Amino acid sequence: MAGEQKIRRTADMLPPVVAPQYTVGSVSDKISGIVLTKKTPRPWYFGVALAMVVSLMLFNAIGYLLLKGVGVWGVDVPVAWGFAIVNFVWWIGIGHAGTLISAILLLLKQEWRTSINRFAEAMTLFAVACAGMFPLLHLGRPWVFYWLFPYPDTMGLWPQWRSPLVWDVFAVSTYATVSLLFWYVGLIPDLATLRDKAQNRIAQVIYGIGSLGWRGSAMHWHRYEIAYLLLGGLATPLVVSVHSIVGMDFAGGIVPGWHSTIFPPYFVAGAIFSGFAMVATLTIPLRKWYGLEGIITIRHLDNMGKIMLATGLIVAYGYAMEVFIGYYSDNTYEWFMTTNRMFGPYAWAYWMLIFCNILTPITLWSRKVRTTPIILFVISIIINVGMWMERYVIVITSLHRDFLPSSWGMYAGTQWDWMTYLGTLGFFALCLILFIRVLPMISMFEMRQLVSQYREDAGTSAQVALQED
Amino acid sequence: MPQIFHSSANTIAKASIFGAVFLVGAIAWVAGSVQRSPYTTDQGVVRDQPVPFSHEHHVRGLGIDCRYCHTSVEDSSFAGLPPTQTCMTCHSQIWTNAQILEPVRQSFATGKPLRWTRVHNLPNFVYFNHSVHIAKGVGCATCHGQVDRMPLMWQHATLQMVWCLQCHRDPEKYLRPRSEVFNMNWQPPTPEHPDVAHGNATSQLELGKFLVKEYGVRKDQITNCSVCHR
Repeated sequence: MAGEQKIRRTADMLPPVVAPQYTVGSVSDKISGIVLTKKTPRPWYFGVALAMVVSLMLFNAIGYLLLKGVGVWGVDVPVAWGFAIVNFVWWIGIGHAGTLISAILLLLKQEWRTSINRFAEAMTLFAVACAGMFPLLHLGRPWVFYWLFPYPDTMGLWPQWRSPLVWDVFAVSTYATVSLLFWYVGLIPDLATLRDKAQNRIAQVIYGIGSLGWRGSAMHWHRYEIAYLLLGGLATPLVVSVHSIVGMDFAGGIVPGWHSTIFPPYFVAGAIFSGFAMVATLTIPLRKWYGLEGIITIRHLDNMGKIMLATGLIVAYGYAMEVFIGYYSDNTYEWFMTTNRMFGPYAWAYWMLIFCNILTPITLWSRKVRTTPIILFVISIIINVGMWMERYVIVITSLHRDFLPSSWGMYAGTQWDWMTYLGTLGFFALCLILFIRVLPMISMFEMRQLVSQYREDAGTSAQVALQED
Repeated sequence: MPQIFHSSANTIAKASIFGAVFLVGAIAWVAGSVQRSPYTTDQGVVRDQPVPFSHEHHVRGLGIDCRYCHTSVEDSSFAGLPPTQTCMTCHSQIWTNAQILEPVRQSFATGKPLRWTRVHNLPNFVYFNHSVHIAKGVGCATCHGQVDRMPLMWQHATLQMVWCLQCHRDPEKYLRPRSEVFNMNWQPPTPEHPDVAHGNATSQLELGKFLVKEYGVRKDQITNCSVCHR
């Protein structure tokens, strides 16, 4: 009896997934109201303006790159993979949280995903868009990017299947396609809600086209649920496969610091780690600005904190193994690379990543830290920086000391590298800001299901309480 | 609440799915066709020249050998274009007043070379050498077509990389004996007319295999990128 009570108390301590004041109607009104309002909040315009300015910087940097060639970047022999690859891996990794939330948490019936899946999927799409830019620009002649696809060309050539570049093309394009489909299919019932709620004729037509004639009949829902689950099943392997392939881009090269079998799993964990950090970075301010604390609750932040902690520990294990294997392999080059990473010219980057990715997330063991939005926000930003540093360390420190000391060199991003990287942050922000204005950032139909389920549970327990009295 | 869409929207929506697939297919097909058409490759397009020189007349009609004018074809990357003096070896004696040959006489008098329009122009990133092709038994007509049937000069092949690779991947299908390289009318051996001098070959393929060995054509190397892109 005492044990049962104890379990009850722990369960009670968990804040709910959705605030109790919401009803099926009010949750839809709350979310669709953000989109269908005539009064665009003033800070929104400010956000768009800022993001556009930063995006313009990106376009400017890309334009200059196309005009002058990749020489404007800092890449050179021996460090031929610079910012472009660092940023590519970073952005692709960020996208992974969206896929994990939408696919794996769906199949595992984690209901808390409902409040954040739409938003996280959108984040995935925009992150993949940013990621995709970098390898294309790195090609040198981006206008012939289609040479990467196998098609009957007039050169009589097929892509080099042994090249990681080609693996990336397939991994990333599949990922982008499935993510887009998943996101769009999830949107259909919500677009229909917006169509029905909209007062404006143009909005009705646009949302109407987007909702593909959704009427919400039982047959529609039946087929919809099956399609959504199937897509979830399709997307699940992608959570693991895409970043594994990105990891193999490195592991496939015989470069000390890259040529390691731990790369695929360690990259996947890192991707989810950074992805959840980005979700936290974005949702914490958003829930505040749009008054969504009742829908994205402390419970969500707590859960995201736990996932960051778990994946962060896997990443820490990866770092530890890299050092251990560097020593244990008894290979001159491996051990040189390991010590050079820790104490060489880029030691600052290595220790910074240890601080950001191991020491900082350790604090997430504390429940207090996980449930205080501002602290979690700061930690998530530190993790974002740390994961960027991780890729920087992997790419640059492995390359800058070649096998022959005569080929050693140093690398630093140029002004154009930084403009391109920071520019993609602006472009990403711009996409997100436009998204939250024109589409529901939280899945309304899934929230309605969740609310009605909670109401039923609450109703039963209230009745039980009455009877007991 | 009034309907937002007319009932025809259902049909349009369904048709647009097929329409999109068709459109993408059509765009791909058009792009591929344009890429291979003479519009892009200049294959079969007659070029304007300062003098309407006829290979048909000089080669088929008069029987002049290719090397009479293209003198460096056997030992240089460039086959060579004849100086005006070569033309004048005959045209100082015949057709001396022909209006059509006025630019030739002008050139001879002033010493300013004729400015022919180049017909076979490879991109600068491709290294091509005539002499090695001659030495390994690639006939002039294999790439340039039956020049002796061209009243005015045009490009016989597409000159696209896939065309080069057809032969670089399977040289057996195209090689001929060195002695026949400049022969415009050479025919591959047949069972009725075997090539006794070259392994009694009874077909192009047999002859080709023999010649690949005989002339030391390195099939494993001639498809390396750096053979042509140096």
